[in-house]
Amino acid sequence: MEEILQTLFTVVVGIAATILFYWVINWLSSRLPQRFQEKALPWVFIGPVLILIASFVVYPSVQTVVLSFMDAWSENWIGLDNYVGLFTSPDFYRMLLNNLLWIAIVPIVVVTFGLLIAQFSNMVGPKREKIYKSVIFMPMAISFVSAATIWSFTYSYQPPGSAQIGLLNSIVSFFGAEPQPWLSITDFKLNSLLLMVIVIWLNAGFSMVLLSAAIKSVPEETIEAARVDGASSATVFFRVILPQIRASAVAVFITVLIGVMKVFDIVYALTKGESDTNVLGMAFIKEYFQYNDTGKASAIVVILMVLIIPIMIYQVRTYKKAEELR
Amino acid sequence: MKFLSRINEKLRIIPTLVLTVLAIMWLTPTIGLLVTSFRPVDDARTSGWWEVFFNPKVANFTLDSYKAVFDEQGLGSSIIATFAIAIPATVLPILVAAFAAYGFTFLQFRGRESWFGVIIGLMVVPQQVALIPVLQMFIWIGDNLGIPLLGQYPAAWIVHAAFAMPLAIYILRNYMMTLPAALIEAARIDGASHFQIFWRLIIPMSVPALASFAIFQFLWVWNDFLIAFLFVGTEHPVLTTTLLSMLDLYGGGWQNVAAGSFISMAVPLLVFFSLQRYFVRGLTSGSVK
Repeated sequence: MEEILQTLFTVVVGIAATILFYWVINWLSSRLPQRFQEKALPWVFIGPVLILIASFVVYPSVQTVVLSFMDAWSENWIGLDNYVGLFTSPDFYRMLLNNLLWIAIVPIVVVTFGLLIAQFSNMVGPKREKIYKSVIFMPMAISFVSAATIWSFTYSYQPPGSAQIGLLNSIVSFFGAEPQPWLSITDFKLNSLLLMVIVIWLNAGFSMVLLSAAIKSVPEETIEAARVDGASSATVFFRVILPQIRASAVAVFITVLIGVMKVFDIVYALTKGESDTNVLGMAFIKEYFQYNDTGKASAIVVILMVLIIPIMIYQVRTYKKAEELR
Repeated sequence: MKFLSRINEKLRIIPTLVLTVLAIMWLTPTIGLLVTSFRPVDDARTSGWWEVFFNPKVANFTLDSYKAVFDEQGLGSSIIATFAIAIPATVLPILVAAFAAYGFTFLQFRGRESWFGVIIGLMVVPQQVALIPVLQMFIWIGDNLGIPLLGQYPAAWIVHAAFAMPLAIYILRNYMMTLPAALIEAARIDGASHFQIFWRLIIPMSVPALASFAIFQFLWVWNDFLIAFLFVGTEHPVLTTTLLSMLDLYGGGWQNVAAGSFISMAVPLLVFFSLQRYFVRGLTSGSVK
């Protein structure tokens, strides 16, 4: 009970302090002479945000770049040593390969599933559509950690002879094969692929919702016209619907892409990056917490950031284009 | 036309079939978790959860594991800690972002577009990039200014708020741009200050956008592991932290992990299904760029 009250107190004070803060700076700006007031007002509204972003996003990001040129304890400058160390280690390339696989596989599969489900659920009538969509969307509300627990049941492995309580191994045993320690199998990157299944499971709903909204906004006339001309359902979908929802599909693709580039939670929860499932996001945590190497950990996230910069440029460009159309 | 619609009727079989298969695939793992959480220790250890449907001998159900996670794993405290992070980390960014969105929509100042462009660009910055320096900053503040931030809730609020800012501003500004500018002009002429217009007019009118972002942010923070683990850590372990340590140590067996997991899912699922409409609206407004 005391715990609850104490927590409640912290929460209320935190929120009240923020509101008070805005009230005070607004009051201060209203004390200014009229001439300055007009000038100061925008900064009352956006100033706090800029300070927040500058101190907790921009400055730390720059600082990370600085730290990546320093040693494990951030005491001495060591130039490019951290990067050289990474780029000369075979482990690093294996890890990059994993990241590339995540990037190459997950976004496209998520978009494809989203399209498939959105299009099909559009065809089965509103009642069934609602049920199917809710089921597919449900994992969106679940944390990566919960998803990891859910799926570790499915992938669970016991030595042959004992009861297989994991669904996958029980299916395999049913067909007469040996049960497998799924998350340790490195052949064809099987374990990484099984981790990707979880992320696809989590994200398909997101993709479905956005693409379904896009498909529903495709003008009915264009579809009717194609039908009248004798086009099959498949032709209508690929030739009429798909081109018109391209922008939404790209938006989903990019969102998922950014998500998997920095993927960390699922790997951390299930394999800790062992058995050749390491990725950049995981290696960062490991370098920092396990090996206490601030320099190398920073270098890893700098590499991650460099990979993300093209997407950033694309994002800003798309926004500028959209803005010109307004 | 009748002929066409009959084909359409028939074709519904294939979509229904495919969707049913997918729905089963999507639901099965979660059902397994739910069933396991109600099973006694020995059953959960010796037989798969699906056997409760076929083998009456192992179809025993108990609430033991739910009791165990509260008594032994301290899940109660974790629930409080999770709320203590999630509520302010939802309310504060919305408030701060709403102010900024108002500024970007209704106020004129130099460099407005450029500032906004920067914010759009920051939307994709991964949290990992900033974490080490922010941790160091909090440690420095604790050592030199005597304010122990690390390990306390406000540390997580600040980091969550900062990283939520770009998307929040983007969504809210997009919404505010659809509000009638004439209304604000009229209020100005009547002598209302921007501060008053913001609180009395814009905030009430923006409720749909605020709500959809709130749901999004609440789910995100509730489900977050990284920030809570790094900035609040073991002083106030949140649900994801507790759950993960149970998963690592198989704390008390599968059925306990399952029960803990299900408890942690209950709140987001409740929020999600009761407010699904707002959530979907928020998603579609935020990402169709």
